[in-house]
Amino acid sequence: MRYLTYVLDHLRKDLRLEWRSRDSINGMLFFVLLMVVVFSLAFDPAGYPTITRQISGGILWVGLLFASMTALNQSWAREQRNQVLEAQRMAPSPASALFIGKALANMIFVLVVEVVLAPVFVVFFNLHVLGNAWLLALILPLGTWALVVNGTFFAALALRARNREMLLPLILLPLSLPAVLMMVQATTGVLTAELDPVYLRSWITQLAGYDLIYTTVCILLFETVLNAE
Amino acid sequence: MARSSTLRTIAWLWFAATLAVLVVGFRQAIFIAPPEETMGNLQRIFYYHLPHAILGLVFPYVNFAASLAFLYWRRRDPLKALTADALAVAAAEITILYVGITLGSGMLWGKPAWGIWWTWDARLTSELILWLLYISYILLRRLSPSGQTPTLAAILSIFAAIDVPIDFMSIEWWRTQHPAPVFGPNGGGIAPQFVPAVLWNLAGWAMWGIFLLGFRFALERRRQLAEQDAALLAIEASLETPQ
Repeated sequence: MRYLTYVLDHLRKDLRLEWRSRDSINGMLFFVLLMVVVFSLAFDPAGYPTITRQISGGILWVGLLFASMTALNQSWAREQRNQVLEAQRMAPSPASALFIGKALANMIFVLVVEVVLAPVFVVFFNLHVLGNAWLLALILPLGTWALVVNGTFFAALALRARNREMLLPLILLPLSLPAVLMMVQATTGVLTAELDPVYLRSWITQLAGYDLIYTTVCILLFETVLNAE
Repeated sequence: MARSSTLRTIAWLWFAATLAVLVVGFRQAIFIAPPEETMGNLQRIFYYHLPHAILGLVFPYVNFAASLAFLYWRRRDPLKALTADALAVAAAEITILYVGITLGSGMLWGKPAWGIWWTWDARLTSELILWLLYISYILLRRLSPSGQTPTLAAILSIFAAIDVPIDFMSIEWWRTQHPAPVFGPNGGGIAPQFVPAVLWNLAGWAMWGIFLLGFRFALERRRQLAEQDAALLAIEASLETPQ
């Protein structure tokens, strides 16, 4: 129970800090809007409606991947100012509570961006969801968590590295490739309704499995990362 | 290389044995094994491609084991931990080499045999991601601050080792759903007349891999010991300076 209190304290702290400046969310929102426009120019949704529906799952997740990277990079930066990170290391609460709190905060930021992004997507790409749209309410959070949990972990890992902003995508992307495959396949399956429900269910289950495995590994190893010196 | 001459002798003997096995393997693969019925002599590249593919899946787990050993000994016995870290980086570099050769030889085989350099089928995609994972490991080692490098790299190694099976399975599932052109022999085992060539080459390249691993490991150990000596000199020099 105390653990949960620690997690909530960290979460509240990050939400409050973000609310005061709203840098991260504003940056992400605008970035994602720009990505939608860039992809529209690159792939011409009006000219190829069927293909657009088939690739829009992929475009959505690629856009979110890069947008979340911008937020993740600076989510630990606020811990470095005023030696806050040293204080966190000395605190008696378990390090993984800090990690989960921050991951949940990042999750909330990216989900807010998704909620805003989804109508924009539907408008700009003329998307009609052919399958069961409620499944998207399951797939989007699962997929986002897969990106955010690993992203938060590796952002902490890369914190004192020489070229921090460049290093994060380079170590995050290869590891996330199976998860990206699962979330894109599941989303496209729902959007196009061309996928056998058995396959769709299997992708969602695999994504949930990926989330479970990596959340566990991240919680177990975060203490080591925090005290890496 | 080794400070002791016994290790050096063993290394030379192993190298000689490796060369001998590789020569026998070469003879088996190029001259003795019969030409394959559809591809003819082109198929002989397979005797180089297959051992590298198999070994490219073994060395990552050497890296994983060494990283676990490093994390275990990190606080208990730092000197053993340092040795484990040297083995981890050596194994990662050999992985990149072997998987890279697998991809390259596969492409060289694929173009004349099937007309395409590359396709996103299950096997190739998984191999490529494996390669990318270990390149990201080396990149992390290069870019991280020097005191933390072994620990951070060990952690990434754990993530990578867990990712490899997830990766292979999910991509296999993806390609079961949407079949794509497949490179390489599908299904079935290898006909008995090809087996000796495969086995000799597998043994030869495994021995070569172990030799390279040992060599790189010794190189890394030498670098670590030189660093320790330099650190000791710096400490002693600072003690002699009048305060």
